[in-house]
Amino acid sequence: MPDKDIRRFDANIRLFPPFIDNDICPLTINNTLLQSCYLRNTEWACGVAVYTGNETKLGMSSGVPEPKLTAMDAMIDKLTGAIFLFQLTVVVVLGSAGNVWKDTEAHKQWYVKYDYDEPWYQILVIPLRFELLCSIMIPISIKVSLDFVKSLYAKFIDWDEEMYDLENNTPAHAANTAISEDLGQVEYILTDKTGTLTENKMIFRKCCVGDTFYGNECGDALRDVELLNAIANGSPHVIKFLTVMTLCNTVIPIKSPSGSILYKAQSQDEDALVNAAANLHMVLVSKNGNNAEIHFNRRMIQYEILDILEFTSDRKRMSVVVLDCQSGKIILLSKGADEAILPCAYSGRQTKTFLDAVDKYAQLGLRTLCFGWRELESEEYTEWSRSFKEANSALNDREWKVAEVCEKLEHSLEILGVSAIEDRLQGGVPETIEILRQSGINFWMLTGDKQSTAIQIALLCNLISSEPKGQLLYINGRTEDEVARSLERVLRTMRITSSEPKELAFVVDGWALEIILTHYTEAFTELAVLSKTALCCRVTPSQKAQLVKLLKSCDYRTLAIGDGGNDVRMIQQADIGVGISGREGLQAARAADYSIGKFRFLKRLILVHGRYSYNRTAFLSQYSFYKSLLICFIQILFSFLSGIAGTSLFNSVSLMAYNVFYTSIPVLTTILDKDLSEKTVMQNPEILLYCQAGRLLNPSTFAGWFGRSLYHAIVIFLITIHAYANEKSEMEELSMVALSGSIWLQAFVVTLEMNSFTFVQLLAIWGNCIAFYVINFFISSIPSSGMYTIMFRLCRQPSYWISLVLISGVGMGPVLALKYFRYTYRPSAINILQKAERSRGPMYTLVNLESQLRSDKGNMMVPISTTPVKNKSSVYEPLLSDSPMASRRPLASSSFDIFQPTHSRTSHPRNIKAN
Amino acid sequence: MNSHAAGTSNGGSGDAGGAGAGAARRNTRMPKYSKFTQQELPACKPILTPKWVVSVFFIVGVIFVPIGVVSLLAARDVVEIIDRYDEACVPGNMTENKLAYIQNSSIPKDCTRTLMVTKDMKQPIFVYYQLDNFYQNHRRYVKSRNDAQLRDPSKANKTSACEPEKTTADGKPIVPCGLIAWSLFNDTYIFARGNENLTVDKKHISWKSDREHKFGKDVYPSNFQNGSLIGGAKLDPNISLSEQEDLIVWMRTAALPTFRKLYGRIYVDLKENDNITVRLSNNYNTYSFGGKKKLVLSTATWLGGKNDFLGYTYLIVGGLCIFLAFAFTLLYFIKPRKLGDHNYLSWNRHPAGR
Repeated sequence: MPDKDIRRFDANIRLFPPFIDNDICPLTINNTLLQSCYLRNTEWACGVAVYTGNETKLGMSSGVPEPKLTAMDAMIDKLTGAIFLFQLTVVVVLGSAGNVWKDTEAHKQWYVKYDYDEPWYQILVIPLRFELLCSIMIPISIKVSLDFVKSLYAKFIDWDEEMYDLENNTPAHAANTAISEDLGQVEYILTDKTGTLTENKMIFRKCCVGDTFYGNECGDALRDVELLNAIANGSPHVIKFLTVMTLCNTVIPIKSPSGSILYKAQSQDEDALVNAAANLHMVLVSKNGNNAEIHFNRRMIQYEILDILEFTSDRKRMSVVVLDCQSGKIILLSKGADEAILPCAYSGRQTKTFLDAVDKYAQLGLRTLCFGWRELESEEYTEWSRSFKEANSALNDREWKVAEVCEKLEHSLEILGVSAIEDRLQGGVPETIEILRQSGINFWMLTGDKQSTAIQIALLCNLISSEPKGQLLYINGRTEDEVARSLERVLRTMRITSSEPKELAFVVDGWALEIILTHYTEAFTELAVLSKTALCCRVTPSQKAQLVKLLKSCDYRTLAIGDGGNDVRMIQQADIGVGISGREGLQAARAADYSIGKFRFLKRLILVHGRYSYNRTAFLSQYSFYKSLLICFIQILFSFLSGIAGTSLFNSVSLMAYNVFYTSIPVLTTILDKDLSEKTVMQNPEILLYCQAGRLLNPSTFAGWFGRSLYHAIVIFLITIHAYANEKSEMEELSMVALSGSIWLQAFVVTLEMNSFTFVQLLAIWGNCIAFYVINFFISSIPSSGMYTIMFRLCRQPSYWISLVLISGVGMGPVLALKYFRYTYRPSAINILQKAERSRGPMYTLVNLESQLRSDKGNMMVPISTTPVKNKSSVYEPLLSDSPMASRRPLASSSFDIFQPTHSRTSHPRNIKAN
Repeated sequence: MNSHAAGTSNGGSGDAGGAGAGAARRNTRMPKYSKFTQQELPACKPILTPKWVVSVFFIVGVIFVPIGVVSLLAARDVVEIIDRYDEACVPGNMTENKLAYIQNSSIPKDCTRTLMVTKDMKQPIFVYYQLDNFYQNHRRYVKSRNDAQLRDPSKANKTSACEPEKTTADGKPIVPCGLIAWSLFNDTYIFARGNENLTVDKKHISWKSDREHKFGKDVYPSNFQNGSLIGGAKLDPNISLSEQEDLIVWMRTAALPTFRKLYGRIYVDLKENDNITVRLSNNYNTYSFGGKKKLVLSTATWLGGKNDFLGYTYLIVGGLCIFLAFAFTLLYFIKPRKLGDHNYLSWNRHPAGR
């Protein structure tokens, strides 16, 4: 049956009809060419198409990727829905009021000439007119503007020089242009280890052969004189060790024309081992079919490879059976994880040395492999070989059967030693994690590696702290009960210590995770919410995806970052998938929304690009609503003076131009707005909380903008109708005064709300004002247009200019005053940093800031890194309780409190975010 | 940023880095540097410092107050005589049934009013009629016209949008069609000072642009006010629309339910305590909807008519701005805030584990 596992293909082939030959050949994934693979370097090939179309492995595994919607877009949609309801209310209320007015008053107005006996549907006319008037309440331009700015955000990421990886010549790339704002709202980062945190560039560093440790002094076994001497002297242990290094793998040597030998290996570890062996004078020269040739000390040794007992993640070891062509001995060579190899040692053998070695190496963050060796009796081999073949051609449970057979052979090994391979951390990883953790992002490390290595790497890259600062809690156990107890214990500890300034992290391995995910999801969810760091070891790709799903189901914004094919599912599952275009190919980078060259670029991606995108979109979207509401409120106010009949104050040309032109161009320059410099953000990553908590776009900020648009509409309308009363109350003129007032006000609003001005912004804002006049002069010079000569007439009237200045003054005065008051006396953290930036210049650093704070306040200062993290509610709470107005816009009067959701402070810290 | 350095200074990756740099020179995918793409355009970042805000408020106040004074003085200069005559012109026996009075064409509608000039009035004196509670901006009303028809004699048949005054009962197009023209104001005024007649100049009371471009020189009224229901004034079918200035003025619809329209100008200076006799014919029906009719004589200044709204508002706003400037200054001295003090940062104020 077709399935989606690209590492399995269990089939048999019968090359001839049964009456000729009954031989059945087993087929595995190695005999299969997957879709869109290329077969090269061969004259001919013959094959059978097994699966086609959607039944191919590719077709089966390509799930339908969910379209990703940012939290912001969801919020904007919600607000749009609210505005729509508001619009409906207005339509219904004004529509019925209009009908009542018509029935009572309008029939007396003989000049309107209403018929008394109208068809019934006339009752719908006025509501429908109001619907038309109010249809601009929901700005269509917002979608266009948002798409435009979003694609520019993505371009900024592509263009960013500081995220360009010089080493691999890869710039950062945003494949998904629609979700940049989400980057600023990330709460959880789930990261792969190998290749993501580390370079995935394996280097053989140390080894322990027999009882001797090599490479401890100089840190590099290849240069250890003792080892070189041992090789020169032909120490049997060392030679066996080297043989395993050279042969026990699936590496293919390729001789280049120049004579040097290149190795093609699937696994970076094997590559490192073979290369190291070559440096130690044991060179794998060629592999032709089953024959391997090895150069050792100018001697040629021939081996015939009889069987390969492949590596699986369950077995955690691989073995090769070879025939030494000189001596005719059949040898089993094994390598694998310590827990997989050491139990197979022949009885009586003390493995303590090796265990110590493994521990020691793991503590240094090295990847360890144990090597074993056994000579086989030829009878034993022939017998085993038959069962091996049988198992290999089994159609059901082949993997399991093969593993069972393999186990029969892999025992009584002579343990040769332990190799230690270094996989170095990428540059800047600890700093990146530190900064992102400061900004309130929780890190989970999901790795296929074993627990000790994972913990070591986590320590190295600041993910967890050692005692006493941090505490690591283990969830383990083999059975359901054990796991449940362990989970319960960890959970209890978490609850108790959640208020202490201690970094807690939990470790869980794949086995326990499987049990937890099937039986104890609820408890685990609680744990996930409580803890900011987790290490999950030995997890499979689908478990990674499950964890992402679990966090997502708690309504957290997740970012998954990885580099290999095994991270693809997690990357696709997460809200944001980031791929590292690394050494394991481009699979992850292709599936991801963003691809970057190095892990350290993540901090720039989130703190700079994500944060700016969020801030800009927050302003842009709310402003779009503001300006639409503004013009709509003026229309509604006007309807009270026009017999609630749904007359439009503005002509259709002006209305259209207002929405698509006059008001959308200036605000688009918000893509260049920077509230804080990149440096300040990097130094104070805590500021990201504003984005995470959605401080800049939520119902209460929106209520502020709503109120502002109402206030401005009232100001414009009242001043216009009073200044242009009596003999001046000509319709076209009055409407143009009101429109000019809106344009002026919106220019001031954009100016006030922008934080930084480049010439582009100044040009757009004030150039737009000039363009408004130029366009209207143009329209006013067309005799057939309704606005003929209007603008010329108005510009000659002093009262026009005086009215506009008054509108601007009355409209902006309270806004400015409120903003200033809040800015000075109830500043948000952003405001403080803006001021700090100004007063101190960009030169201060976090270090002297910290020291200054210590000396200034003289009280105990906890290092910043531990401050905002412990308990999520304490992260959000101070910001809220300190500055309850922080998220409000200046004009939010107390009446907007109805928009404030009631503070339901339950144990779930998530609720606080809703504010 | 030290990130580049970290990337290339790795001992193990030295070769790759070198090769990468070499390749980069030949075939680089490095983004092109420009200040725009790196978001590094030079920008100024104004922040709301007390000094800045206080001076803005102060300057605005200082500018607003004089403007207010000047506007107020201008409005005070205007002399305005307003006389509401709709009630007074109804004969005493019909005050209970004004509607019957106005609709009965056999009752003479003449009426005489005397106006006292309160202050010297320099010519030109503008004569307006003012209607209250008259919705020229009603949607049904405002749309009921056809501009093409008014401009072009060949488009007399274009009466779309003119509902319900489109055609006569027998289907002939009305020129000018529509409710606005149909309801043309038809009260007339004759002014006299003592025995001296004051001529009202009705030339050029409409916009020049309207006369020249909106209303055709060769468009003549036809089938106008022929129906069973007479709305307002009748038009002389021998005078082209561009010369029917009362119509042109009327067709510039007002945006507000209270509005004044220019009736004419008097080019005579009026003295204080002059008695002006107005003989008017009170034809227009505002009684059915309780509207008021007023006759307004007014001079004008650079700011327009007698409207002290702008002046007062400027004074109030200017005063408030200066007050705010002082209040903020005071507040600044009473409760000074150190600019950008990190102690105010909430995550610094609340160390963990409190």
